[in-house]
Amino acid sequence: MLLDRVQRLGATTLQSIAGLGKAALMLAGAVFGKPNVRKGLPLLIKQLYVVGVLSLLIILVSGLFIGMVLGLQGYTVLVKFGAEGMLGPLVALSLLRELGPVVTALLFAGRAGSALTAEIGLMKATEQLSSMEMMAVDPLRRIIAPRFWAGVISMPLLAIIFTAVGILGGHLVGVDWLGVDAGSYWSSMQANVDLHQDVFNGIIKSIVFAFVVMAIALHKGFDAVPTSEGIAKATTETVVTASLAVLAFDFVLTALMFGG
Amino acid sequence: MSDLMVDIQNLTFSRGDRLIYDGMSMRVKRGQVTAIMGPSGIGKTTLLKLIGGQLKPDQGDILFQGRSIPKMSRAELYQTRKSMSMLFQSGALFSELSVFDNVAFPIREHTKLPESLIRTMVLMKLEAVGLRGARDLMPSELSGGMARRAALARAIALDPELIMYDEPFAGQDPISMGIVVKLIRELNNALGLTSIVVSHDVAEVMSIADYVYLVAEKRVIGEGTPEQLRQHESPLVQQFLKGEADGAVPFHYKAAPYADELMELL
Amino acid sequence: MNSRKIELLVGVFVAFAIGAFFVLAFKVANAGFTGSGDTYTLYADFENIGGLRPRSPVKVGGVVVGRVAAIELDKQYYTPRVRLEISRQYDNFPETSSLVILTSGLLGEQYLGLQPGFIDDSVHLLQDGDLIEDTRSAMVLEELIGQFLFNRN
Ligand SMILES: Nc1ncnc2c1ncn2[C@@H]1O[C@H](COP(=O)(O)OP(=O)(O)O)[C@@H](O)[C@H]1O
Ligand SMILES: [Mg+2]
Repeated sequence: MLLDRVQRLGATTLQSIAGLGKAALMLAGAVFGKPNVRKGLPLLIKQLYVVGVLSLLIILVSGLFIGMVLGLQGYTVLVKFGAEGMLGPLVALSLLRELGPVVTALLFAGRAGSALTAEIGLMKATEQLSSMEMMAVDPLRRIIAPRFWAGVISMPLLAIIFTAVGILGGHLVGVDWLGVDAGSYWSSMQANVDLHQDVFNGIIKSIVFAFVVMAIALHKGFDAVPTSEGIAKATTETVVTASLAVLAFDFVLTALMFGG
Repeated sequence: MSDLMVDIQNLTFSRGDRLIYDGMSMRVKRGQVTAIMGPSGIGKTTLLKLIGGQLKPDQGDILFQGRSIPKMSRAELYQTRKSMSMLFQSGALFSELSVFDNVAFPIREHTKLPESLIRTMVLMKLEAVGLRGARDLMPSELSGGMARRAALARAIALDPELIMYDEPFAGQDPISMGIVVKLIRELNNALGLTSIVVSHDVAEVMSIADYVYLVAEKRVIGEGTPEQLRQHESPLVQQFLKGEADGAVPFHYKAAPYADELMELL
Repeated sequence: MNSRKIELLVGVFVAFAIGAFFVLAFKVANAGFTGSGDTYTLYADFENIGGLRPRSPVKVGGVVVGRVAAIELDKQYYTPRVRLEISRQYDNFPETSSLVILTSGLLGEQYLGLQPGFIDDSVHLLQDGDLIEDTRSAMVLEELIGQFLFNRN
């Protein structure tokens, strides 16, 4: 009786692990398989528009505001030590190392990730994916792969834009409003920011986050229960899971990159 | 080549713990309209997906033109699917493409024809279903009947040998129903197609089918030409054809006796 | 939305991001000193490096001329040895130059101040791989306080 149950549990576990492995392999095959440039490029460009260009406004606005807040908060603390000349590095390093990649990833999960999950879930619910398969067109290659790559390309670009706009926002508040010397804002920034250590590491973080968010968003959509509740649930799960995963990966990456 | 298009042998299939088919057999002859009738939820859509290779049977075999669908490799299966097509219940038009691009989709995916030729082919298919004027509309702008006809144009875009219709009559007004009935018959004859029509609309099916399978309780309960079925002696068959509410197939889903359950509350 | 317009907007997006990257690389990070090709290496031994770290700047009169590449401990004498990467642009320091560990502000980061020495006929210029001998260690607050107390007695 007990043995029976243990046996069944084992079988189910093995089966689901095998299923997971198969799904991952299939996704990897579709996403990393040799692309068809003639057909794939227009699809990729379309998705770059949907995923990247349409996320630009929210990234610009939040980047600007976060930079301005950093300028204000940084100034009020630094000025007590007479160190307001260090405002530049404070704003730049916070954005480059952490806020740029992380906030972009969180906004991206909320804006583009949830939309992708809902879109793919809906395509599944309306049998569009099934019908594509019956037309001998692999939905993983036709639907999933271009979206995946568009996200992986867009997110680092958005993070770079976010960071640059944020640094300008810090300048706006710190220099133009609160009167920090413009020369020292930039020069102390240049003295303390390193291209490899700070700029490239930030971009690497963003690329990792992009893989994580896109894999979660697309998997949740593809795996959604094809009903309205199922899609609603999958959409929420995308935002929650992707956000938590981004924060967890951020800790690991920070420890690896800057912890030494 | 044999005159069998699809040969289902001893098919057993279950969804999770629920057994859907238990050793069912069925044959679809080339060039005919074969209808599969049965109550809702009995697994008709599932059967079409099994034929299309989207699901794999637990036991038994499904032969398409003599070759086993479940035993095919992925590449072979994709190759085979090019000669069959399926009209989904909802139409399943791609919502981000216009009617024209929907019909052009399989042609663009599977051929390298120049755009001018594709245009000619698409307009021809749309003309056949009477939607040439609606080519620039988006699927969301179509009525249910129009969407299904557009999907039909897409399904015949690459001149398949087998076409499977899932509930083509469900939820249609009488006029578009009449159009669809006429289209299925005409396409079958004009293009030399083989058709499988899955439905529970008795009158329409009996009017166009060459051969009918009646499926219930995990197996075939009756088969034959429409004429033979009408003469069928089984009470199950008669109940289904005449649409009687309660009979050999009980109206109620299996449950404990009503009186007992009422008593439980007290 | 037609595909030409989409292509155009995607192009603008990518160009915008590349522009932002150049801002980060050149205006924010000052990507002048990171390439390995355009630097030469010098060494210096210190008694005590205090809070000096790899990538700390090397300055001459406040101008950054290079960075600390690595800090190791000499196994024989147990003194820290610092490897510097100096921009090729500044390749005419005499071997009489000296290095001091300085602090920017009271609580700021530590950096290396390079003071160019005198030049006459007997003095060579520092070459790649040379050792700067005249160095002054970091001020360590505890030692300073200790000295102050000791001298008073
Ligand atoms: N994806 C699925 N997962 C689990 N069960 C399913 C799925 N699709 C359908 N079913 C179940 O299989 C049975 C047959 O479904 P279906 O083939 O759609 O019936 P029909 O088309 O005859 O109405 C139904 O009871 C349904 O609940
Ligand atoms: Mg059905």
